[in-house]
Amino acid sequence: MADRLRSIAVALPPYIWLLAFFLAPFIIVLRMSFSESVIAQPPYSPTFDISQGLSGLWESVKEFSTFNYTFLAEDSLYWRAYLSSVRIAAISTVITLLIGFPMAYAMARAPLRWRPLLLALVILPFWTSFLIRVYAWIGILKRDGLLNQLLMSLGVITEPLTILNTEPAVFIGIVYAYLPFMVLPLYASLERQDPALLEAASDLGSPPWLAFWQITVRLAVPGILAGCLLVFIPAVGEFVIPNLLGGSSTLMIGQTLWDEFFSNRDWPLASAVAVILVLVLVVPITIFQRAQSRTTG
Amino acid sequence: MARFTRFNAVSLALGMAFLYLPIVLLIIFSFNESRLVTVWGGFSTKWYVELFRNQQLLDAARVSILVGLTTACIATVLGTLAAVALTRTARLPGRSLFTAMTYAPLVMPEVITGLSLLLLFVALGIDRGFWTITIAHTTFALCFVAVVVQSRLAAFDMSIEEAAQDLGAPPWKAFLLVTLPAIAPAVAAGWLLAFTLSLDDLVIASFTSGPGSTTLPMKIFSAVRLGVSPDINAACTILIGIVAVGVVAATFATGYRTRRAG
Repeated sequence: MADRLRSIAVALPPYIWLLAFFLAPFIIVLRMSFSESVIAQPPYSPTFDISQGLSGLWESVKEFSTFNYTFLAEDSLYWRAYLSSVRIAAISTVITLLIGFPMAYAMARAPLRWRPLLLALVILPFWTSFLIRVYAWIGILKRDGLLNQLLMSLGVITEPLTILNTEPAVFIGIVYAYLPFMVLPLYASLERQDPALLEAASDLGSPPWLAFWQITVRLAVPGILAGCLLVFIPAVGEFVIPNLLGGSSTLMIGQTLWDEFFSNRDWPLASAVAVILVLVLVVPITIFQRAQSRTTG
Repeated sequence: MARFTRFNAVSLALGMAFLYLPIVLLIIFSFNESRLVTVWGGFSTKWYVELFRNQQLLDAARVSILVGLTTACIATVLGTLAAVALTRTARLPGRSLFTAMTYAPLVMPEVITGLSLLLLFVALGIDRGFWTITIAHTTFALCFVAVVVQSRLAAFDMSIEEAAQDLGAPPWKAFLLVTLPAIAPAVAAGWLLAFTLSLDDLVIASFTSGPGSTTLPMKIFSAVRLGVSPDINAACTILIGIVAVGVVAATFATGYRTRRAG
């Protein structure tokens, strides 16, 4: 009993903190998304009226307005933004996997004494600023940037390519920024594999490519899933990368939410955009969380 | 059988080049004499001098560092407690909600976290500034600390702490004197991670900051939108340098500890 009380006491401070600053804010966003914005008023006044107890709460529920959701459903801009976010995130995730898998595979095959160094090299960029790493690509990708200078001096192209402010620039940015998130779980699951399994497969007459596909890749599925979710979920709501590298030509929902909030100052509509974004991400986040608590908890 | 092939070496080298080339180029061009960012005009440190005359940027850096230090300390305490609770209490009431709340902020898009916290502060009538940014940063940083510490705690042999208790140490003392030193490298790594995450954050800070509390990333972001310029490269290089020194120090500290322990 004393043990039980003690463990509750240990859990209490972070529990209360997360309830207050993670869960409660979501409930407020949800409530706000059912409010109508009033012109020429602070757009944030109607939230919960707790002072009148339960009846007051019920009154505020009755005042719920689905105005924002109807508006979102009718304006095709938002649908296009959601779809294009999911599409851009999905394509970037596949490219990240194609680059990250050979890297993680090579790390897992590297001599034992190299591995800590290689691991540190993959983690290190994660410690440097995300904003700075994305910003560094502007100097590389712009029309008179380093990539075009290099390609022209090599004679590959005669006219500079327009890459910055296009969708491929967003792909490059996402793949680059999230690559460590893909490599680390892949490495963890590849390193754990017993090489004897591959030997057994070849003894039984399996060609190397088949053994690779049926053993190495299949056993790495949890790592592949974890890596893909770690890239895909934040990429859907990404704001910095499309803003700096994508320009006005790319439409992503994180950017739309930001504009709705800061430029149009329509807080209720921004809340509704956020609620739908969470709904879009609920399934992948649940899968991620299940996988996490299974491996560590 | 499991040999390191040439294909392995090439894919690893290309991957590493992809990860490091942009950062290296940025550092090189921060020492560029020319104002044109992509044309080399000779070595110069003049952009660094200019940077240290930029009072607004220095103020923003001060805010960022203060927020980062406060965040790192609170998040490390709360995150370590969360990690202990997650690894040791199977029958915590509302455990699945607790687990969900510790993992969800790791992947939640920043715009949503930022927006929801701002609405909370507005609903509570709290003026935005230093403390609202710090609370917001602590919320997501504590989850990262929890994950880092939890993995170390899972590998820790509980029987050692139980032995200390059998020898008469009260539970809190057994934890402080036996378990905590053993998981110290993870706690230190968690602190450093929380600090860099806070120092790095643009989106959540933009939502939760008030007048007079502009952070360095916010300042850099507004400058970057106007175009690439060498003084921003210089500011970025300094930030990269600070983080690199911190990471190297942390690596040495953990290496020293594990060697001594093993």
